[in-house]
Amino acid sequence: MTAEPLLDVRDLDVVYPGKGFRASGFRALNGVSLDILENETVGLVGESGSGKTTLGRAVLGLAPVTAGRIEYRGRDIAHLSRRERRALSSEIQVVFQDPYSSLSPAMTIEQILAEPLTAGGTEGKTARARVAGLLDAVHLPADAGSRLPREFSGGQRQRIAIARALALDPKLIICDEPVSALDLSTQARVLDLFIEIQERNGVAYLFISHDLAVVRHISHRVAVMYRGEIVESGDGDQVTAHPDHPYTQRLLMAAPVPDPDRQEQRRADRHRLLAAQAEADEQAGAAIGIG
Amino acid sequence: MLRFVLRRLASGAGLVLVITTIAYALLYAGGGDIARRILGQNASQEQVAQKAANLGLDRPLWEQYTDWLGQAVTGEFGRSWFNGQLVTTSVTGRLAVTLSLVLGATLVAAAIAVVLGVLAAVRRGWIDRFVQFVSVLGFAVPGFLLALGLVLLFAINLGLFRATGYTPITTSFTGWLASVTLPIAALSISAIAAVAQQVRGSVIDALHRDYVRTLRSRGLGFRRVVFKHVLRNAGGPALAVLAVQFIGLLGGAVIVEQVFAIPGLGQLAVQATTSGDIPIVMGLVLATAVVVVVVNLVIDVLQAALNPKVRLS
Amino acid sequence: MSEASNPALETPSAVVAKVSLFRRLLRNPTAVAALGFLAVVAVVAVAGSFIAPRDPNLASLQDILRPPGSEYLLGTDGSGRDVLSRLLVATQISIAAAMLALAVALVIGVAGGLLAGYYGRWFDTVSTWLTSLIMALPGIVVLLAARSVLGPSVWLSMAIFGVLLSPAFFRLVYAAVTAVRNELYVDAARVSGLGDGRIIGRHILSVVRAPITIQSAIVTGIAIAIQSGLEFLGLGDLSVPTWGSMLNEGFDNIYREPLLMLWPALAIALTTIALTLFANVMRDEMERTGAKSRRRRKGRDHRPDTSRRRDHPDNPDHTARPEQARHPVVEHPDDPRDADGGLGEDLLRIEDLRVGYHQADGGVAGVVHGIDLRVRRGEVHGLIGESGSGKTQTAFAVLGLLPDGGRVLGGAIRFGGAELAGAGERDYLRVRGRKIGYIPQEPMSNLDPAFTVGSQLVEPLRVTLGLGKKDAVERALALLDRVGIPEPRRTFAAYPHEISGGMAQRVLIAGAVSTDPELLIADEPTTALDVTVQAEVLDLLRDLQEERNMGLLLVTHNFGVVADLCDRVSVMQDGRIVETGPVRAIFRAAEHQYTRSLLEAILDDGEPRGALVRADVKGGVR
Repeated sequence: MTAEPLLDVRDLDVVYPGKGFRASGFRALNGVSLDILENETVGLVGESGSGKTTLGRAVLGLAPVTAGRIEYRGRDIAHLSRRERRALSSEIQVVFQDPYSSLSPAMTIEQILAEPLTAGGTEGKTARARVAGLLDAVHLPADAGSRLPREFSGGQRQRIAIARALALDPKLIICDEPVSALDLSTQARVLDLFIEIQERNGVAYLFISHDLAVVRHISHRVAVMYRGEIVESGDGDQVTAHPDHPYTQRLLMAAPVPDPDRQEQRRADRHRLLAAQAEADEQAGAAIGIG
Repeated sequence: MLRFVLRRLASGAGLVLVITTIAYALLYAGGGDIARRILGQNASQEQVAQKAANLGLDRPLWEQYTDWLGQAVTGEFGRSWFNGQLVTTSVTGRLAVTLSLVLGATLVAAAIAVVLGVLAAVRRGWIDRFVQFVSVLGFAVPGFLLALGLVLLFAINLGLFRATGYTPITTSFTGWLASVTLPIAALSISAIAAVAQQVRGSVIDALHRDYVRTLRSRGLGFRRVVFKHVLRNAGGPALAVLAVQFIGLLGGAVIVEQVFAIPGLGQLAVQATTSGDIPIVMGLVLATAVVVVVVNLVIDVLQAALNPKVRLS
Repeated sequence: MSEASNPALETPSAVVAKVSLFRRLLRNPTAVAALGFLAVVAVVAVAGSFIAPRDPNLASLQDILRPPGSEYLLGTDGSGRDVLSRLLVATQISIAAAMLALAVALVIGVAGGLLAGYYGRWFDTVSTWLTSLIMALPGIVVLLAARSVLGPSVWLSMAIFGVLLSPAFFRLVYAAVTAVRNELYVDAARVSGLGDGRIIGRHILSVVRAPITIQSAIVTGIAIAIQSGLEFLGLGDLSVPTWGSMLNEGFDNIYREPLLMLWPALAIALTTIALTLFANVMRDEMERTGAKSRRRRKGRDHRPDTSRRRDHPDNPDHTARPEQARHPVVEHPDDPRDADGGLGEDLLRIEDLRVGYHQADGGVAGVVHGIDLRVRRGEVHGLIGESGSGKTQTAFAVLGLLPDGGRVLGGAIRFGGAELAGAGERDYLRVRGRKIGYIPQEPMSNLDPAFTVGSQLVEPLRVTLGLGKKDAVERALALLDRVGIPEPRRTFAAYPHEISGGMAQRVLIAGAVSTDPELLIADEPTTALDVTVQAEVLDLLRDLQEERNMGLLLVTHNFGVVADLCDRVSVMQDGRIVETGPVRAIFRAAEHQYTRSLLEAILDDGEPRGALVRADVKGGVR
């Protein structure tokens, strides 16, 4: 008997309407199923155009769901009215990829962090006190509140975005490539911050990334997306180190290892894998293009 | 490309139809007692009714409109209510004069503005500041004020050009040139300002594009890259501004013609407006709408020639 | 890490950023002059009829065309009316009329733009179509038509003109809103539970406020110009004096008393100039502040962000860095394995290279502080560092293609016997393309969108190698084939937006090697690509480099890429090279603290997080 999942996505389709009358829409997600338990991190890996960001946006109510269900604590949230969606803001939050466009340039950090609180009816004074706590939680100095986003570096901005996501004490945070715009050393620190917050606050993450190494570092379970579908999912270590699906295998082999000799080995392995897969395809008579 | 042109033509025709419909509705329905206005306050009630019946104004509006439209399609736009002249003749004769002014001003403006804009963008420094300064003045000062200034300075004080009047190009080329030089100068300055500003901006923008660096890294000289690649990419926005300027010049000509006493559309428009000669006003609206649609079409085609994305979408 | 006292908070750039736009305008003399004049006009517009010494419409037949003097300060007009009084009252009416047009335009344009931009869909289509309808006729023609049925009323015609001007605001607001609507921070606000009204008010109006002010100044100027134009034509209401009707009267007397035209002309011209100047200065000020954040986000402009450097010593995301004093570079000896690997003579030798950017205040901000680097024939040299370390600036300096304001401040760049540091365009034309090739980072933005892929390959071949058209086309097709493009002819004839990013990067590589350069400079050539495409492009680069025995200077931030391709590596930090050596020495025996910290941050092969451990879950993983 499995515990009831926090988020349960079933057979989800998302089709973006085309421009003009007759243009057929673009099918971004095709029958996607995924679940997340409380306090769990599920990593979602894929390349550009795979639909991984769309899945995140669908959960947030920012993408048009055409079929399927998105259940949060057993309740379908795929087609909520704006008002109902607003009520859900204290449950599900987001951290976006781009630390430069995800913070309103004209507002101070304090205003940014207090906004979700005051929108939910918290009093100004209580909100300010909470802001100080949030800044502390993401290891930013307390006086950062009076400054504007442009005065911060990419890593610091991402900390601010995390603090904003934490403001309402949500149970689920959608993290859409939150570290891919950051430098290497900054990336590691921000990832550790995510883990630290999870262990302290008890929050679940849907962690979207194109980078297997990042996902492996932070995820309990991992799902791999390819052309709008989930092609493989399971235990983090298994998917990121010993994948079954040919696409995941290609993905793993394509990422260069930071060691000259082992990379030489991997390169050779990759060429062998591609040759073997091409042969298998040929035998299966299926003409599936690579890349 | 042909399909692109045809599609644009169709949407242009639709636009003209809509404009004339709206204009017709407003002019004929909004005018109150048109017959009374023509005859003056002293006319009797019967005279007014008689006049209205003569002009067909007593019929329902949509009937009048379909009538007008039916005739308009065959090129028949009725006659002036005051001098009985055919609308077609009075408008087309005047249109040629105005178009020669406006097209002349547009071409002059385009040529000067491109040179100034490119120089300002590439050289920067004093020439940039000069272009910026001229742009501010040219943009700020209304064309007819410039026209008045030019008349005062060149025609009255220096006697270099004829202050007023118009010589058709068919009569004498030099005479025509002398009569249009000052009006064109007055008209084109604001357009030069606007277009030069746009050319400068889009050239600077294009110069900062990554492909400029990449093309130069392949061994192409800076000048070559500017003239072939940067200018072509900067051309689109500049053309768009030129189209807007053309429409502006068409309006500006109405006033500037008055300053120089040139018998163009402007004069006709002012006469028809003050007297309430609605068939003529209607003809004028239609003529300008057609000119604007044609100009926009030409600009669209030029845009498509410059930018493959426009052409293929 | 985050010390209590924090000097960084008070850096000048942070203070400047906080000063409001208005306050900065008051420091600009042009803006002060323009605003001052407009204030005077505003006072006259309010008080005009009270301070007028005489009745502006009182005609006195004895006093026709009096010159300016003590009795009539500005003289009298053709009907013997006091010009000064008329001018004062005219100001009141002209400005009020312009304000009416502005108000109408603002209400319609801003409201329409907000609704159409934010909600989109049919409202969007309809209003966009309406705008193009309104813009299709010259305003004055519409005004003339309206006047012919409605009669000569200043107010009515200005209200109509306001409608005609509303597209100016509509377009502005619409464009701003659609741009902002797709910004992530608006999504974030929505997810935070904010209602639409609050999002529009707080996040969107704050963005368009300044552009609306600018546009208002411009629109007011246009309204004044058009309105005085109409009056000048004699189509206005003759019972009230306006600037235009005064001008009309002056024009009638142009031969007898040209001065009569001067006053209204001056009033019109100075007011419109002041409005335009104000708009211009405000736009300049806005661009100055907006430029930085915009630039950083798009990442297109490669100018380094010199302001950022010293702002964040408190940054918890920064690794500990060495003292700024020149640290000895850690240099590892050559790997014996490379010696017989066929490494040739020095192709590129950089010595003590310093690069800097001119600042607005006249100073120079350094971004590369004296580096030594050499690339040998057949060698792949990785230049690795985090953003802002100066690695890309070094590459641009070698190519002589530093962005505006950047220049080589000192040092030497020797390439095949030529000195490139400070060389002019003419010298560089002999090197770029012919001997040094360049592969950029962003595939799409590095192809000219207006030309076909093929013509962009053919043109340099013809210019640098002097090939005929047919030969150049053949060679370009062969190159496309060589870089692994499946249908060379189709790609040759395609425009850049018709091909994928991976294809575009192959095209750029083909272009870089098209003239058989000896040295290739690749600036993050795979950063913008997907991992699977990256692997293919890396394979291609390796093959080409070996096949042609080129030197390759590879700028990257990715240690995997370095491990895949490089023979030697130089690690850059803050404009300095801190460690250099054969690739294995760097990975296995890094000595510099910074190199080590970077290597430690690598996540690859790290321990996996493992399954979620929870008491109440038994085999919760599917």
